[in-house]
Amino acid sequence: MKAAGCDVGSLTSKAVIMDDGRILGSVIMKSRARPWESADEVMNRALEKANCTMEELSFIVGTGYGRDKIPFVNEAVSEIACHGKGAKWLVPSVRTVIDIGGQDCKAIRLDEQGNMIKFITNDKCASGTGRFLEVMAKVLGVGLDELGRLSERSGNPVTLASACTVWAQADIIQHLNDMVSLEDISAGISNAMAARVSVLAKSVGVEGDVCMTGGVAKNSGVVKALEKYLGMRIKRVRREDPQIAGAIGAALFAMEKAKEGAA
Amino acid sequence: MILAGCDIGSLTAKAVIMKDDVVLAAEVIRASGYPERSAREVMERAAEKAGINLGAIDCCVGTGYGKKHVPFVFATESEIACHGRGAVWQVPSVRTVIDIGGQDAKAIRVDGDGNVVRYVYNDKCASGTGRFLEIISDALEVPLEEMGALSRQSTEMLTLSNQCVVFAETEIISLVNDGKEIPDIIRALHRAVAGRAASLAKGIGIEADVVMTGGVAKNSGMFHALENILGISLRSVENPQINGALGAALFAREIVTGNRNVSGNAKNGHPN
Repeated sequence: MKAAGCDVGSLTSKAVIMDDGRILGSVIMKSRARPWESADEVMNRALEKANCTMEELSFIVGTGYGRDKIPFVNEAVSEIACHGKGAKWLVPSVRTVIDIGGQDCKAIRLDEQGNMIKFITNDKCASGTGRFLEVMAKVLGVGLDELGRLSERSGNPVTLASACTVWAQADIIQHLNDMVSLEDISAGISNAMAARVSVLAKSVGVEGDVCMTGGVAKNSGVVKALEKYLGMRIKRVRREDPQIAGAIGAALFAMEKAKEGAA
Repeated sequence: MILAGCDIGSLTAKAVIMKDDVVLAAEVIRASGYPERSAREVMERAAEKAGINLGAIDCCVGTGYGKKHVPFVFATESEIACHGRGAVWQVPSVRTVIDIGGQDAKAIRVDGDGNVVRYVYNDKCASGTGRFLEIISDALEVPLEEMGALSRQSTEMLTLSNQCVVFAETEIISLVNDGKEIPDIIRALHRAVAGRAASLAKGIGIEADVVMTGGVAKNSGMFHALENILGISLRSVENPQINGALGAALFAREIVTGNRNVSGNAKNGHPN
C-alpha cells in the first residue's frame, strides 16, 4: 500500500512517497510563487523517483504553510504534528524536536510514544529562523551551505550586539569593514542563531534525546552552537535528509489513513 | 549666557544653541561613522547660524548614542531625560513624549517640570523604528520625505500581516507585484510602524497632552497614523528632530545657573 506526504514551505517544497515503512522516493525543491504549482511539481518529481503514479497512492496528506492550497491532497495536517511524527520515525528515541525552517522555528516536546505534549512556534520575527541565515549569507557574499563550514573553522567568534536581523546585518557590515575574517563572523552568526533558538526551545523544556529537523539542521555550525547553548548533545538525523521530516510525517499520517480506509 | 546641546544619533547629529531663554540656532546633519567628527561639524554649523564663536558657549551638554565621543561637552545626559525636558519646554502641557528615531523608539511620561516619571524604550527590534521606514523607502525607491504626502493619496486600506521588518519587506514586494498602489502600501506601512510605537507607549500609560518627536515625526503620514491608532490628537513641535538637543541645552542652562548637580556626568571640570 502506497501513500504520500507533501510539505509546501515558504522557501522549499518537499514530497515523500512511502510503501508501508519504506521510503520509495523523496524530493526537495525550491518553492514556486504559488503553493499549488510547487505541490504539483514536487509530487510529480517524487512519483517519478519512486517509479509510481498518482493513482497508485491510497492517501495523500499535505502540510506546511501552503497545505490548504494543494488540490490533490486527501487531508491537511499541521506542520507541528507532521514534524513530530517525522522526527520520531527518523530518531525513535527523540523527545524534543527543534525544527528550523526558512521562515519559522518550532520546538516540539514528545512523550515516549511520540505523542505531542507541548510546542512553541516563532514565525513573527526573522531572528532564529532560516531567513536570518539567508540574509547574513548574502551580506557575507557566501552560499548558505558555506556558513556552517566557515563557522567551524573560527578561532575567535564575533559577538553580535543584537538578535534583530536588521541590526545584526548592520553589525556584520561593520565587522567586514573592520577586516574580521569570514570564519569569525560566520561563527558569530551561528552563535546568534543558537542563542535565539535555545531560548525558544527552553521555554517548552528540553528533554533528551534532542534532534533537529528542517533545512538549518544541515548547518553544522548552528547545530554545534546549539549543543553548546543547550548544554546537551543533539542526535544527528542520519536515516534521511532532516529537511524532509515534515513530509515524512505527512506520509506516515497518510499511511495510517490508508490502512484505516482499507480495514 | 550661551548654552548648547549636542545630540549625536545613529543617523543624524543635532545641535541647539540658546541664549538664555531663546533658541538662537538649531542644526541637523547626517551623522558620519565618526561621532566626534559629526559633533564638531554640527556644532560649528549651528554656531555659524547663531552668529557666535564656539568659544562663546558657556556650557554644552551632550546626549544621544554617540554622547561619550563628543569632545567639547561639559556633561552628558541620557536621551530620555533630554527628550522629556525638551518636549515640556516646547509644549508645557505635554505629559507623554513619543520619540521615534532612526534606530529606536521611546515613550516617556513627564511631570510639569519636564522630569521623567516613567519611560519605555525599544532598540532591540527594528520594527517600530525609523529604520523600518528607511528599508521600505529603499525597496520601493520612494524618498523618505515624500512618504507622508504619498500616503495621503491612498484610496484602499491595506494591512501588513507581518510585524518583522524582514518579513514585511517581502510582503510589501508581493503587494507591489500584485499590482497594489504605492500610496496604499505606504499608508499600511505607516500604520504598522505607528501600531508598534503605540503599543510601546501604552505600556507606560498615555497621559495627555502627547507630543511626537524624533525625525519620524516630520513624516505627516506617520503623525496621522499614530493619532488614528491612539485615538487622540497629538501635539506637534516645529522641529521635532532637535528635541533631544534642545533638552540637552536646557540641562546646560540648569548647570550654569547652579540648579543641577553634575558630579556624576561631568567630563571637563567646570563650564567655561
